Amino acid sequence: MVLSLTLICAFAAAALGGVYTLTKEPIEQAKQLKQTEAIAKVLPPYSTLSEPEEVGANIIHIAYDEQSEVAGAAVETSENGFGGKFRLIVGFDHTGNIVSYEVLEHQETPGLGSHMVDWFKTDKNNQSICGKSPATYAMRVSKEEGGKVDAITAATISSKAFLLAVNNAYDAFKQAVLADATSALDTLSQASDTTNLILGDTLITAGDSLTIDSLQLSSEQQTSEL
Amino acid sequence: MNKAIKTLTNGILRENPTFGLVLGMCPTLATTTSAINGMSMGLATMFVLVCSNVVISLLKNLIPDKVRIPSFIVIIATFVTLVQLTMQAYLPALYDTLGLFIPLIVVNCIVLGRAEAFAAKNNVGLSLLDGLGMGIGFTLSLTVLGAIREILGSGSIFGLQVYPDSYAPLIFVLAPGAFICLAYLMAAMKKIVK
Repeated sequence: MVLSLTLICAFAAAALGGVYTLTKEPIEQAKQLKQTEAIAKVLPPYSTLSEPEEVGANIIHIAYDEQSEVAGAAVETSENGFGGKFRLIVGFDHTGNIVSYEVLEHQETPGLGSHMVDWFKTDKNNQSICGKSPATYAMRVSKEEGGKVDAITAATISSKAFLLAVNNAYDAFKQAVLADATSALDTLSQASDTTNLILGDTLITAGDSLTIDSLQLSSEQQTSEL
Repeated sequence: MNKAIKTLTNGILRENPTFGLVLGMCPTLATTTSAINGMSMGLATMFVLVCSNVVISLLKNLIPDKVRIPSFIVIIATFVTLVQLTMQAYLPALYDTLGLFIPLIVVNCIVLGRAEAFAAKNNVGLSLLDGLGMGIGFTLSLTVLGAIREILGSGSIFGLQVYPDSYAPLIFVLAPGAFICLAYLMAAMKKIVK
């Protein structure tokens, strides 16, 4: 009895060990491929890519052009959505404008929050965030937070989380690229015209003429939703 | 020959795992949000069913009665892990959508149920046919269920948009829709088989 069970387990272990060694490399390659494909999709044309670099909780890949000047950067970030953590990769050009983004992983409700995969790339009303910079364009939900981006229909929480992740990605980008790149100095001075104030989870940009009342209102709405 | 055909068709119609035996409801309800997901889950389960049925029927005289369930589970789990690793390596996109449910094939009642009820008592050939029949039955049910939910819930079939998804009642992609569709299909199936 013990012998036969041991034998079966030994055979099973041997088979699994074999297949594990065989598939180990393809699995790594598949993961790598998925990531490089996502990076290539969200970045402007570039010739070389730097080693991934950690900025806070985000991972940033900086891209350089032929003259080895910064062409842009792809930032991997994650945030809690409606159905759990989602992972996102956001691509910026060298001035901080968003080129595009890719959702790497998410568990949002199918048909509602799951629209985040392409909603913010679709050029319709004020949905799209592509070609805009979080420094000059208020990347918050238009209805509740006084931002300029239209939320996904019936998925406000997912939309808020998504835009928060984009803002976090931009902060990481600013730290890693704009801070030390001389070519971006003029953008920086442009960006500093609008002062960003981070209050809890909400990013408030001066120049949006937000009053204290509307600020309180938006935070009340947030709490009531939770 | 007659018995072989009967064994094969048994799993597709009379003892269809989903509509007849009502086994393996967890993957049935959870993975059928689209036709392709349902079909892939069905095919993965079919592979495990056929392999485990064949191996168990080959080893049935070597496995003592007292430890048969642990032995069956080890054999089934081995094949499931094989499927998981292979899928992760060569079909990463599919693995992303089904990944969570693949390890659950181990505890899918159909696989252990067929091992215990059929493969442990019959010869290799018949066990293979039984696994194949049950697998086809499971795949067909999941594909049909997935197709109905996809066309009602997101307005497409196998990923092809039929009508704009803003007109599609979303409930069919969510959990309640799974129960509603399953109930109607089960009723229809009972009517047909009788």
